[in-house]
Amino acid sequence: MQSKPIALTILDIISVIVLGVATYLALVFAPTEAVMGQVQRVFYFHVGTAWVGLLGFVLAAISGIAYLVTKDMKWDRFEVAAVEVSTMFFFITIVLGSIWARPAWNTWWTWDPRLTTAAVTELIYVAYFMLRAGIEDPEKRARFGAVYTLLGGLSAPITFMVIRLFRTIHPVVIGNQSAEAQGGFSMTPDMRTAFFFALFAFTVIFIDLLWHRIRLGGLQEKVEQLKLNVSM
Amino acid sequence: MESIPDTTGYMIAGFVVAFATMGIHVLSMYVRNRNLRRDLEMLESMDKPEKK
Repeated sequence: MQSKPIALTILDIISVIVLGVATYLALVFAPTEAVMGQVQRVFYFHVGTAWVGLLGFVLAAISGIAYLVTKDMKWDRFEVAAVEVSTMFFFITIVLGSIWARPAWNTWWTWDPRLTTAAVTELIYVAYFMLRAGIEDPEKRARFGAVYTLLGGLSAPITFMVIRLFRTIHPVVIGNQSAEAQGGFSMTPDMRTAFFFALFAFTVIFIDLLWHRIRLGGLQEKVEQLKLNVSM
Repeated sequence: MESIPDTTGYMIAGFVVAFATMGIHVLSMYVRNRNLRRDLEMLESMDKPEKK
């Protein structure tokens, strides 16, 4: 296994810094929202993690196509890494949304179209790991995984678009929202700074974690190969 | 004029969940990496004498 590249170490450091800055902007720099109070500050991390979550699911679908076309295992490693990191981020999105909903909607959870599609998306990718764990042959596992992420990837644009197409109580940050939306607010310039920086910060952190996870996948493959050699 | 509701507890819970989840994921990758490196060392030492 190759030693850790300097670029990755630099990216690690940048990730910690941007996470710190994003936290400062969300907790201190951005003003307190007048209607919801302090809980509105989770919005910056909620949208930031949702963005990288859905981005990763789309990237996994694209790498699934790349694997099916090339049969190169590097695309399988990329796909698994993207799904794992995105599932983790999307879990944060859902939990933060639920925490925000309690004071804003007076409930932890409701089967609103956005919440439902988000929960279905998360469950699709949890099931992806269960599917992979049940297949021993690496090539068959990669092929099934590629087809699965290709189909599962459809849930990402559906989750993104659902609040723009259906009547929902979930507010829309950019674009027109449904008349039933509750808990929306107009962003001040300082809130916008915190919001766009959070999007940037989580993109950097996502790339960093993705890179680490891809390297871990490479190491895993090497160990599996050696196990086969030793047992022969 | 209405006062701003006190929702600080929810905010703290949200940030704790976000940092804890990311922390657990990073820790899990570190542990998996460490275990795989151990396995690799052991398998390489088993593989070499056989090839001799």
